Amino acid sequence: MITIYVDNQAYQAKAGGNLLEAVLSLGLNLPYFCWHPAMGSVGACRQCAVTLYKDEQDTQGKIVMACMTPVKEGLRISLQDRQSRDFRARVIEWLMANHPHDCPVCDEGGECHLQDMTVMTAHDYRRYRFAKRTFANQDLGPFVNHELNRCIACYRCVRFYNDYAGARDFSVLGCHNTVYFGRSQSGPLESEFSGNLVEVCPTGVFTDKTLKEHYTRKWDLQTAPSICVHCGLGCNTIPGERYGTLRRVQARYHSQVNGYFLCDRGRYGYEFVNRPERPRTAMIRRDGQLAAASAEAALAAARELVGSARGLAGVGSPRASLESNFALRQLVGAENFYSGQAPWLDDCVREALRQLQIGPATPSLRQVEQCDAAVVLGEDVTNFAPMLDLAIRQAVRVEPMELARQLKIDLWLDGPVRELIQDRRGPLLIASPAATKLDEIARWTYRSGPAGVVRLALATARELDASLPVPDGLDEPTARLAKEVAAALAKAKSPLVVSGCGCGSVELIQAAGVLARALAKVNSAARLSLTVPDCNSLGLAMLGGKNFRQALEALRLGRADTAVVLESDLWDLAPTDAVESALAGKRLVVLDHLPGRTVQRADVLLPAGTFAEADGTLVNNEGRAQRFFQVFPPQGDIRQSWRWLGDLAGRNWPNLDAVLAELSSALPDLAPATGAAPQANFRIEGLKVARQSHRYSGRTAITADVTVHEPKPPDDPDTPLTFSMEGFDGIPPAALVPRFWSPGWNSQSALTRFQQEVNGPLRGGPAGVRLINPGSSGGTAVSAVSGESDQAGPQAGRLCYQKLLVVPAWHIYGSEAQSMQSPALAGRAPRPYLGLSPADAAQAGLQADQRITAQFDGQSLSLEARILPSLPRGLAVLGMLAGQPAVQLPAIIDPPPKGAP
Amino acid sequence: MDKPLTKNIDLARGPLDLAGYERAGGYQALRKALGSMSPQDVQQAVSDSNLRGRGGAGFPTGKKWSFVPMGPQAPRPKYLCVNADEMEPGAFKDRLLMENDPHLLLEGVILSAYAIEAQVAYIFLRKEYVLSARRLEQALGEAGQAGLVGKNILGGGFDLEIHLHTSAGRYICGEETGLLNSLEGKRANPRFKPPHPQVSGLWGKPTIINNVETLCCVPGIIANGAEWFGKLSRTADGGTKLYGVSGRVNRPGCWEMPMGSTIGEILDRAGGMKQGYRLRGLIPGGASTEFLTDQHTDAVMDFEGLGKYGSRMGTGTMVILDDRTCVVGMCHNLMKFFARESCGWCTPCRDGLPWVRDLLWALETGQGQAGDLDLLEMHTQQLGPGLTYCALAPGAMEPLIGALRHFRGDFQRHIDQKGCPWRR
Repeated sequence: MITIYVDNQAYQAKAGGNLLEAVLSLGLNLPYFCWHPAMGSVGACRQCAVTLYKDEQDTQGKIVMACMTPVKEGLRISLQDRQSRDFRARVIEWLMANHPHDCPVCDEGGECHLQDMTVMTAHDYRRYRFAKRTFANQDLGPFVNHELNRCIACYRCVRFYNDYAGARDFSVLGCHNTVYFGRSQSGPLESEFSGNLVEVCPTGVFTDKTLKEHYTRKWDLQTAPSICVHCGLGCNTIPGERYGTLRRVQARYHSQVNGYFLCDRGRYGYEFVNRPERPRTAMIRRDGQLAAASAEAALAAARELVGSARGLAGVGSPRASLESNFALRQLVGAENFYSGQAPWLDDCVREALRQLQIGPATPSLRQVEQCDAAVVLGEDVTNFAPMLDLAIRQAVRVEPMELARQLKIDLWLDGPVRELIQDRRGPLLIASPAATKLDEIARWTYRSGPAGVVRLALATARELDASLPVPDGLDEPTARLAKEVAAALAKAKSPLVVSGCGCGSVELIQAAGVLARALAKVNSAARLSLTVPDCNSLGLAMLGGKNFRQALEALRLGRADTAVVLESDLWDLAPTDAVESALAGKRLVVLDHLPGRTVQRADVLLPAGTFAEADGTLVNNEGRAQRFFQVFPPQGDIRQSWRWLGDLAGRNWPNLDAVLAELSSALPDLAPATGAAPQANFRIEGLKVARQSHRYSGRTAITADVTVHEPKPPDDPDTPLTFSMEGFDGIPPAALVPRFWSPGWNSQSALTRFQQEVNGPLRGGPAGVRLINPGSSGGTAVSAVSGESDQAGPQAGRLCYQKLLVVPAWHIYGSEAQSMQSPALAGRAPRPYLGLSPADAAQAGLQADQRITAQFDGQSLSLEARILPSLPRGLAVLGMLAGQPAVQLPAIIDPPPKGAP
Repeated sequence: MDKPLTKNIDLARGPLDLAGYERAGGYQALRKALGSMSPQDVQQAVSDSNLRGRGGAGFPTGKKWSFVPMGPQAPRPKYLCVNADEMEPGAFKDRLLMENDPHLLLEGVILSAYAIEAQVAYIFLRKEYVLSARRLEQALGEAGQAGLVGKNILGGGFDLEIHLHTSAGRYICGEETGLLNSLEGKRANPRFKPPHPQVSGLWGKPTIINNVETLCCVPGIIANGAEWFGKLSRTADGGTKLYGVSGRVNRPGCWEMPMGSTIGEILDRAGGMKQGYRLRGLIPGGASTEFLTDQHTDAVMDFEGLGKYGSRMGTGTMVILDDRTCVVGMCHNLMKFFARESCGWCTPCRDGLPWVRDLLWALETGQGQAGDLDLLEMHTQQLGPGLTYCALAPGAMEPLIGALRHFRGDFQRHIDQKGCPWRR
């Protein structure tokens, strides 16, 4: 730490950063626009001007931009002097010259950084009297609204979209005061991270189009800290509710997980919570028909079914909380608890868990960003674990940034660093069946099915560790590539191996582990990151139930006659015939919030709360347990699944902490999950944390048509949060932050007030807790894996293929069931398809988009043929789309004949 | 008097071809340097000559070169960029050189590239200079054929590619770092310094950007020595200078004269004011320099001489304000240019210049209000050096600062009389 002087007062600041960061970290007010903590400084807006003095005697000083000025010992500045205050007011005056001043009708109003900065500089009188420039706006697709007349040209949007997220369909066009931020023509933004424009934009140019459908001001949103439920990475979110519907999702900063950002699935997938088709009432099957019943009656009926069962099968869910799954396990007994992850994925998740337990350590997303070499084995991370794509895009800049260090260029000087390193990228290998979006930044790409990728991984491992065997069937080009990749990994300071469940290959996950451990022998900083399909896949695996195949068997053989299904659609897990034959004559208790075939087949349906109406803990792909909290109380019959199940089991848990206490004693490995967030009895200044903002309006009027009395806020026995504006609204522990808001800072930029320092952890310690300590439990190292041949047909290189090996192709819009209930997102999903190599398509006489019927082990799928030039011959990909018949992958199929036109 | 820059120029004849240029002593400096001088020797000669950059800023060329990392450890390739994007209103001196003695520029480029061990040179040429492009291409072709450009130049082991790049036509491309971005195919936004281009320039590699006239001085310095070059000048800044005059003078044009000639001498070369026009003022070095008046004809035109009058030499190409032209209208015309040519990167320039332009137009059209002059003053102060990202806006303010200082009454009359007195 060093000493700097601000308006003659001494402060401690961190050396090496810039002055704006230092001033904000000190909690002082200094307006800014173009700077963004994740993207560094560019000096464009000139808003953060301060006066810099040479020494104590210097009375003149000179204006410098704080964001472009390195912090040095003894630095002396003023924020309050007339000179810099005047200039900052002029900058706002210029920025406002063309701004439409349409705050009352602007979606950003009330959480607008431009409003805040205008107030902060005290600019209050308009002197510019000439015509404002105007723009034609564009239709940017279902996620982001475009209103460019509000633009103040801070350049954050292009810097995020192009420089940070690597997309190219958006840019800054034109020049002088008509610079245009948009696409060359209207059309949906192509980046998977486009929604971040909404938060990156300091004013109302880019706003959330889904929020617009049911608009509510920030101050009227009831919010709570939450965790994204749409993939396995566990990004932190802030969902907002008004009048019982969820209105939007924003990023909740986490220094180790998602940083400042979210992917578009995470941001826009929330509308399943609001769907009218969603099961909302308790139902009992009478005379073959599901009919509405009271919650008590349904509970009694379920209790009767469970109590009279001659064998129970409980099917847990990778999208339900640890607590709900545990409650089911307690209800049915550990020996009758089965995983609700599709069996072929379940095998992968369990293997991933085992590999994580062996080690080397798995990195957080933040640590991924800091890796200087990476291999991605079999994964299309952009579609399977989207934010990992964004992290890897930062990681490839790490190695070339060494050049900036050598030239003593501060790394936060974004312009000079980018101009220096240009398109240079650190080593990145993408080995996958088909082309992925990350290929464009990869040094090497390798196209093969899982077995080929396994061979490459093992050959690379062997290059690093001579004690390992040479994999069978290694061809010369693969061996050469392995040598090159191994050399780059060995040279790296913090190399990373990424793999996961995306290929559906257990061997591949094992091989990734072998490679990571071989690498760790060379460099102890080596890391292994493994993706998992769902938000609690790993948590479910840690609960240790049996595979779903065994559930079907138990039902089919009659060992169980009653199934209790938690937040799962069994038809997504196994082929229709298998599910239907297993369920024939069996009794079914279903808890869910998604409509589906299992819900329709239920004998008793208990409507479950979504993440927004429930509290619980999710375990992400790095084994980090994180708590999500009810955003609003469940309405009508809806209850949190663990509460339904607890009542069903006669546990009568008083609150969530009681479930966690029982979980901790039953499964000590999971006990640390209790510490993911403060317990229900936590108080700060004697108060619970308020979910409603201090400006929440209309609380005495919302129910005025029913009662003129202000209703009592609903109790929340489970958490230290309250459904009220009365409560603590300062800075709570990190896991309890319901919104970022601070005096003078109404926008998301208030976040800097919640950070210990810019880009540092939130005040009050880290949110969430890691459950996995490599080497501490379970599993022995597998030193070698034998990859089976990818070639479904005859030997590689032969021209005639009789069979196709089909592996999954994941889609950010389409593969995840909950988000597919969001109209904005569903509209971006592809139609069901089978991707074929051009050669295989030609051999089968198939054209692009042609209807085909593919036979998967008894399951017949009607698909479109897609021709993917990147696919090797003999390999095909099946688009993984929620709701389509379940098939087990990888699969070997006959080349499909043409279907009916 | 020696005229190293224009000795080969004969507008009626047109440019010398390679043979003609060599007969006139051309490429002797290059032969000398490659034959008997190290790159450091060439740098030293240029440093000793006190050559200062002719693009307008007057930075000592030798010193600029000295920041380039040299030797086998230096990053490669290194680049030399010729700033031939002459777009300053009133400036046409580089055009004279490129159209009429292209080999002189090429010789300067090769020598300078040799001095900094550059492997690649780009001539970044203003879009509208079509004739320059044609003649440079012709000269490049000849030089390539003769082994003066390419691999192993003149057998001396030095390799250099020279590329002619025609700009898409924006003023900001002439800002040296905007030029680099433009060459890279990016928006021509200026870059933040440090790092300077010598360390991280074109494609992140060491780069020197020099003006055409600057580079054209180098062959003379190498052939005749630094002392000779110093003696060409009347002041401490070495060499001759191309001075230009435009406006209502009898013979507008551009001439090579000793560095440090006075404004009066230069006006004499232009044949004085046209009949019926009186000199009221002038912007001495292109549009981004401060106004001087008829009281300053004795002022010395070199890099230091105009400082005491609050102005600077800039490109040395002056624009005359006569008594029948409205100074507000002239300023408006300049602001129209500068506001249009802003790249749009930083706030003061992007949003301040159009406001200044609109205020001046309001004055011209009788819409001026009390307080408008304060707003103009405010902009001259708040668009100053260091407050904006690059020098475009501060440069744009220079003529306005001078106009308000010397001709404030004219501005006030526009408000008082609700319109432009010159338009009635």
